[in-house]
Amino acid sequence: MHVEVRDLNKHFGTFHAVKNVSFEIEKGHLIGLLGPSGGGKTSILRMLAGLENPDSGQISFHGQVVNDLPPQERGIGFVFQNYALFKHMTVFDNIAFGLKVKKASKAQIKDRVTELVELTGLKGFESRYPHQLSGGQRQRVAFARALAPEPQLLLLDEPFAAIDAKIRQELRSWLRELIERVGITSIFVTHDQDEAIEVADEIMIINQGRVEQKGTPWDIYKEPKTPFVASFIGESTVISSAAELKGFEAAANKNATRALIRPEYIEIGSEHDFSVLSATETGVVRHLHFRGSEWLVEVEVKGHKLITYRSLEKETLQPGQEVRVLVHRAYLFNDDHSWIEENRLKVDPMPIMI
Amino acid sequence: MRRLWIGLTYAVFIILLIIPLSRIAIGAFDKGLDGFAEGLLRPEALHALMMTGLIVVFVTVLNALFGIMMALYLVRANWLSRKIKGILNSIVDLPYAVSPVIGGLMIVLLLGPDSIIGGFFEGIGFKVVYAFPGMVIATLFVTFPLMVREVMPVLQEIGNDQEQAAATLGAYGWTTFRKVTWPSIRWAVVYGLVLTVARSLGEFGAVLVVSGNIMNKTQTATTLVYQDVENFNVAAANGVALVLAAFSVGLLLLMEWAKKRKDVH
Repeated sequence: MHVEVRDLNKHFGTFHAVKNVSFEIEKGHLIGLLGPSGGGKTSILRMLAGLENPDSGQISFHGQVVNDLPPQERGIGFVFQNYALFKHMTVFDNIAFGLKVKKASKAQIKDRVTELVELTGLKGFESRYPHQLSGGQRQRVAFARALAPEPQLLLLDEPFAAIDAKIRQELRSWLRELIERVGITSIFVTHDQDEAIEVADEIMIINQGRVEQKGTPWDIYKEPKTPFVASFIGESTVISSAAELKGFEAAANKNATRALIRPEYIEIGSEHDFSVLSATETGVVRHLHFRGSEWLVEVEVKGHKLITYRSLEKETLQPGQEVRVLVHRAYLFNDDHSWIEENRLKVDPMPIMI
Repeated sequence: MRRLWIGLTYAVFIILLIIPLSRIAIGAFDKGLDGFAEGLLRPEALHALMMTGLIVVFVTVLNALFGIMMALYLVRANWLSRKIKGILNSIVDLPYAVSPVIGGLMIVLLLGPDSIIGGFFEGIGFKVVYAFPGMVIATLFVTFPLMVREVMPVLQEIGNDQEQAAATLGAYGWTTFRKVTWPSIRWAVVYGLVLTVARSLGEFGAVLVVSGNIMNKTQTATTLVYQDVENFNVAAANGVALVLAAFSVGLLLLMEWAKKRKDVH
């Protein structure tokens, strides 16, 4: 289903939860609404479902305004955060509910439920009650129940929040595959960026009721449009005076330009590790943290603490050791605008410095 | 010390509950089985028991209906502001705090033959006070909180997630209530029913004021017991009281059974 939202606003009392939100979603896409808790993601989702009424703005499905349609008529499937399974009904009856409401024939119901039970790997659990299932199984039931009446749009509110880390991983790829196979337009809400990046075709970053950026996970990671997006996605350190960094003096000469630097933008090593030594800074290793598959290194450069990762295969550093630090690129921003800046000395070393 | 407290607790239990109950049982058979039967089979006793039965039926049905609706609206309605809900919520408990006699008196003052509303109804030939409708209203007043207070916590506990899920699956209000809400609250409703029946069986004060206690007309079982005692017809009074007590005990046993059933689907 093609979804279009224009100038959506929602207040809860004096709290402005959703502010002038507009976006469009292509048919068949899987969209992740990502942002900190309380940012308005769930409110947007609930307004799409019709469970909440917008104060102003328009929601259209297939070019048709659905603002005045109740949830029953919108042709959507909704997976609730805590699944909201009908606890006095068996798995079969839960999945069949939407079909029974639509007065489908007994044979039709049986076929569709059997199909979904197989699709979601719940075979053999049809006559169990929700309280006899594990968290992952409940999630699958919720999913099958939402899909049963063949909705055109699937909405998922924090679908993995209540599941423990290990199973969450499995369920994510399972869900992604399933949605691809069913080919249904889906929107899910999450506050977990790994989840959004892994599952979604496109991510919308929502903060304080506004859409900060919409794009593929790669675009958002590579080219964050706002400082918030830059700091929210991935890990990063913010340096208050970017001009102090070697290679960024010219770019950051305007006052109060700050730099946001990701661990993967930084390379550390001894002098012979770098071909263009003039682009590097001298730093001192402050702390080393073992992160299972790599070292997390805190290194101090001109009084700023930078964070980077270092392979276990490389020579182990010691706290207090002096190293060379190369900042490949930084995300620079000031009050006016923000941009990605490559280290100029690295790309174009000045002849006098050689 | 501990033994003393245990002993005291049992003593209070025996003095307050067991002794009066056995006194009623013994008193009922003071004049033998025939005396018991005679006391119960008097026309006024049969009529009084029938009145009580009718009141119980009417009140239970009405209270179940409006109690469930009140609980639903107090918990679910988001068209009511929180403040108004809070005020309504405390008013629901009013009958607990107000003496039933005062409740009955209010009804007489509002709907009695001398009042505007009562006069109007009397004019179209519908007697409210000193007649059956008034007695039902009085008993409803007394029993109103029972159903609401049983159902409300359950509704609050289950939340509205399941109902919203039903809505997104295409179910409208009545289907959602029947298939989703009702199965969750039905045992609460059963408790509410049992409590309502027990309370309406034993209601005395409000009904006494509203009914006028007219023999073979508006006399209920409890007001009959009162009149029998006044007339020194103690054996008959005990007989009727025993029947009422037996019903109540039966009901409470039913409630215990219902509680056990609660966890079974």
